[in-house]
Amino acid sequence: MKFERYGIGIAKGMALTFKHLFRHPITTQYPEERLTVSRRIRGNELIWDKERCTGCATCAKSCPEGCIEIVTSMGEENNYIVDKFEVDTGHCIFCGLCVEACPYEALFMGYAYERAKYRRQELVLAKEGLLLSDERQPSGYGRPKIEATLPQQTLLIDRDH
Amino acid sequence: MALKTEPFVINIGPQHPSTHGVFRMRLTLDGEVVIDLEPVIGYLHRGIEKLAEGRTYTQNIPFTDRLDYLASMSNNLAYVLAVEKLAGISVPERAEYLRVIMAELQRIASHLVGVGCFLNDCGAFFTPLLYMIREREKILDLFDMVCGQRLTYNYMRIGGVSHDIPDEFLPALDKFVREMSGFIDEYDQLLAKNEILLARTKGVGILPKELAINISASGPVLRSSGVKWDIRKADPYSIYDRFEFEIPTGSVGDAYDRYWVRVQEMRQSVRIIQQAMEQLPSGEVLSEVPHLFHPPVGEAYGHIEAPKGELGFYLVSDNSIAPYRFHIRAPSLINLTALRDMIIGWKLADAIIVFGSIDICLAEVDR
Amino acid sequence: MIISNPSLSLERYLQTPLEWAGGFWAHWGVFAVGIVAVVLILVMAFIWFERRGLGRFQIRPGPNRCGPFGILQPIADAIKILLKEDIVPAKGDKWVHWLAPVVVFVPALMIFAVIPFQDKAVLADLNIGILYVVAISSVSVVGVFMAGWSSNNKFSLIGAMRSIAQVVSYEIPLGLAIIGVVMMAGSLSMNEIVNAQTIPFILLQPLGFLIYFLAALAEINRCPFDLLEAEQELTTGFNVEYSGMKFALFYLAEYVEVLAVSAIITILFLGGWKGPLLPPFLWFLIKVFGVFFLIFWVRSTIPRLRIDQVMAFAWKCLLPLALLNLFITGIQVIVWPEALPWVMIPINIAIMVILVLLWSKFFRLGGGRVEV
Repeated sequence: MKFERYGIGIAKGMALTFKHLFRHPITTQYPEERLTVSRRIRGNELIWDKERCTGCATCAKSCPEGCIEIVTSMGEENNYIVDKFEVDTGHCIFCGLCVEACPYEALFMGYAYERAKYRRQELVLAKEGLLLSDERQPSGYGRPKIEATLPQQTLLIDRDH
Repeated sequence: MALKTEPFVINIGPQHPSTHGVFRMRLTLDGEVVIDLEPVIGYLHRGIEKLAEGRTYTQNIPFTDRLDYLASMSNNLAYVLAVEKLAGISVPERAEYLRVIMAELQRIASHLVGVGCFLNDCGAFFTPLLYMIREREKILDLFDMVCGQRLTYNYMRIGGVSHDIPDEFLPALDKFVREMSGFIDEYDQLLAKNEILLARTKGVGILPKELAINISASGPVLRSSGVKWDIRKADPYSIYDRFEFEIPTGSVGDAYDRYWVRVQEMRQSVRIIQQAMEQLPSGEVLSEVPHLFHPPVGEAYGHIEAPKGELGFYLVSDNSIAPYRFHIRAPSLINLTALRDMIIGWKLADAIIVFGSIDICLAEVDR
Repeated sequence: MIISNPSLSLERYLQTPLEWAGGFWAHWGVFAVGIVAVVLILVMAFIWFERRGLGRFQIRPGPNRCGPFGILQPIADAIKILLKEDIVPAKGDKWVHWLAPVVVFVPALMIFAVIPFQDKAVLADLNIGILYVVAISSVSVVGVFMAGWSSNNKFSLIGAMRSIAQVVSYEIPLGLAIIGVVMMAGSLSMNEIVNAQTIPFILLQPLGFLIYFLAALAEINRCPFDLLEAEQELTTGFNVEYSGMKFALFYLAEYVEVLAVSAIITILFLGGWKGPLLPPFLWFLIKVFGVFFLIFWVRSTIPRLRIDQVMAFAWKCLLPLALLNLFITGIQVIVWPEALPWVMIPINIAIMVILVLLWSKFFRLGGGRVEV
C-alpha cells in the first residue's frame, strides 16, 4: 500500500527553513555599510565638460523627455558660445541616450545615486551646477576610459554562501 | 426550509496588498461563493501609445522599458525586432547571442517574482518570496554590470545592443548558472509537494483548453492548459532555432499547473543560457544605423515569447522619423479576459489565488 | 502586609501560599500584580523573539536598530501605537466598538490565574484547573464577533464569521485531547498534572500532543489557520477599523494567548518545571520558549488553509482522532495501570503513526471536481 501526503511535504519544507537559520543574512546595513555600485551605473546626475562642449545640441535632440535646454550665440572664431545649458533632472528618466549621442564625449552620467533634494527647483541644474567636482564624479556608462579607472562592483553571488 | 439569503457586493479595491498593482475587482458573493465578477482597469494608463507617435524610433526604447517593468529586456527586444523588420536592418552575430542571454536571464528573473508573489498570496508569509528575491538580486547584479541599471535597462538598440559585456560578466554568469539548478531543487523541497499548497491550488481555477485558445491566451497560462505553443519554437525569432530546449506543458490548467510550468521554464532557460555561453562568437555588437533613419512606408508586427505571454508590437510607418501608429499587444490584458470564467463558482480566498497565478503586470494591462 | 519570617528564602516562601501574613488577600494582591507584570514582560519578549526568529528564517536580521539586538523594538511599537489617533467608524455601533477589545483581552489574561510557574507558585490552585482554562478561553470569541460587527465593514464581518466557525469547531478536539492527559494524571489541577509526570506525557500521548497543538493553533488564529487576519485577502480582517490603544489590545491579546497556549502545552505534555540542574522557574521558561519557537517555525513555512478546508479538517480529521485517542488511553489506564513506560511508549507512538497514515488516505484534492 502506498501512502501519500501524510505530512512529509510539510516536514521537508520545515527542515529547509530550519537550515536557513544558520546562513548568514545577506542584508547590508545602510547607511553604515554601502556596496560598490556598477562601473557603468546611470546614476542620478549628469556631468558636463565645459571645455569639450561645442553647443551642437545633439544631446538635447536625442532626449525622449526634452529635459535639456541649450541656448547658444555665435562666437568670434566661427564657433558657438554656450550661454545656457540647463538639465531638469526632475524630468530626466536617466536613460543615457544623451550620453551615447554626444559626439565630443562632453557629457557623462553621474556615479552617485543619493541626490535627493527638498525642493523641486533645486533639481534643475544649470551650467555651474553640472561641472565635475569632488562630490560629482562621472561613471563609465558609454565612456570606456573612465570605466577602467573605477572599482569593481560588489556582487551578491560572491557574498552569499 | 431554505434560509433566505441575498448576495452582496464586495469591492477588492485598487489599493490592496495582493492585487499586483492597481486593479479593482467587484465581486458579488453569496456567502463565500463568488457568483459574479467585474474587473475595472485603467488606473495606470499613461498614454504610451500616443506619446510614442511624437518620438523617434530610438527615443521610444526607454518607453518600452516601462511597460512590463519586471521584464524590461523582453520588452526592448520585441520592439527592436519590430523596427528591424520594418526597416530591414540586420544584426551582428554577437549581438544576437547577447540578446538571447539577456532575454533568458530576464525570463528567470520575472518568473522568480511571479512565483514568489503567488506563494505569498497563498499565505506562506514572505518566506518563499524572500528566497526568490535573493536569487533575483543576483540576476539584477549581472544586468547592472552590463548596462548600469537594475530595472529599466534601455539595453537593446536598433541594429544590436548598446554595450558589449565587460570581462567579469562571463565568469559571474557561469557561477550563477551553476548554482541556479541547485536553487530550484531546494525550492522544490520547500513547497512543491506541500500538502496545504496542493489542497489550495489543485483543481482550482481551471482554464479549459478550448477557452484558452478562443480567448488567445498565451504564455504559461496557455501552456498549462495543455496546448503546446511557444513562439520560440512555432515562429522562431532571432536565433532560437539554434538551441535545444523543451517546452513544459501542463495537463489540467489549474493554478498548480501554472505554478509548475513556470518553475520548469526556469530550468529550460538555464539550459539555453549554458548553450549560448558556449557558442558566443566575437565581433561587434551594433551595426551601422543612421542616427535618424526613415524606414520605408509599410507596417510590421514583431512578437516574442515574453515571460508573461506573447508580447507584440505593431508599427506603421509613413517614411518619417517617428512611427505613425504604435500599438502594443499586451499579454497580461488578453490573459486577464479569462478571469471571470476561472473564478465563478469558487470562494473568495480562491479568487485571490487564481488572480495571482495568472501573473499579470498592471503597467502592461493599462499601458 | 507584613512578611512574617524574612529569613526564609524566596523559593520556600513561594511554596507556602496560604500561611501568608495578611492571609488570603495579601497573597492574591501580590500574585495578581506579579502575574500581570510577568505576562506583559514575557509577551514583549515573545514579540521580540518572533520577529528576530522570523527574520533569520527569511535570511534577514530582524529588528536591530532600537537598542542592542533590537530589544527595545516592542517598546518602540507600544509608544507608536499609543500616540495614534483613535478612530471610531461613524456608522458603527460605538459602545460595542469600545467594548470589544476588552472582551478579547481580559479572558486571555485570566488564564494565567491557574498556571504554575513553579511547584505551588500559582495564584489560585483550583482543583478544576484545566477545565477553567478551556471555559475561559472560549469567551474571547464573543469579543471578536463584536469587533467585526461594530466596524460597519463587509470585510470585518466576513472575518468575524469565519473566526467564530473556526473557534467553535476546534474546541471539541481541544477538550478531548486534554482528557487523555487528565486520565493519565488522575486530576484536573494543573499542579497535580505536573507532579504526576515522572516522564513527560508527550512520549506517552504523542497523538494527544499533535491534536492539542493543531487545535490550539486554530483557537488562537495563528498560521496555518490565520485566515482571520489574512492580510493578503481581507486586509487584516476584523481589526481593520481599529487604531491606537484598541488595536494594541488586540495585538497583545493574540500574543498573550500564544503565551498561554505555550504554557499549557509545557505543563500538560512537557513536564512543566521539572528538570535537572537549573532552578525550576528557568526550566519552565526554556520550555515555553521552545514551544513558541515551534509555533513560529510553522508560521514561516506553511501556506494557509481555506475556511471550508479548516472546517473539514476539524470535523472529519481531528474529532475522530481525538475520540480514538480517548478510547485507547482509557483502555490503557484501566487495563494496565502499572505498566512500564518503556513498553507503553513504543506502543503509543506506533498507534499514532498508524492512525495518521490511515486518515491521510482520506485526503482528497480538488474539491471532488477533479480527479487528481
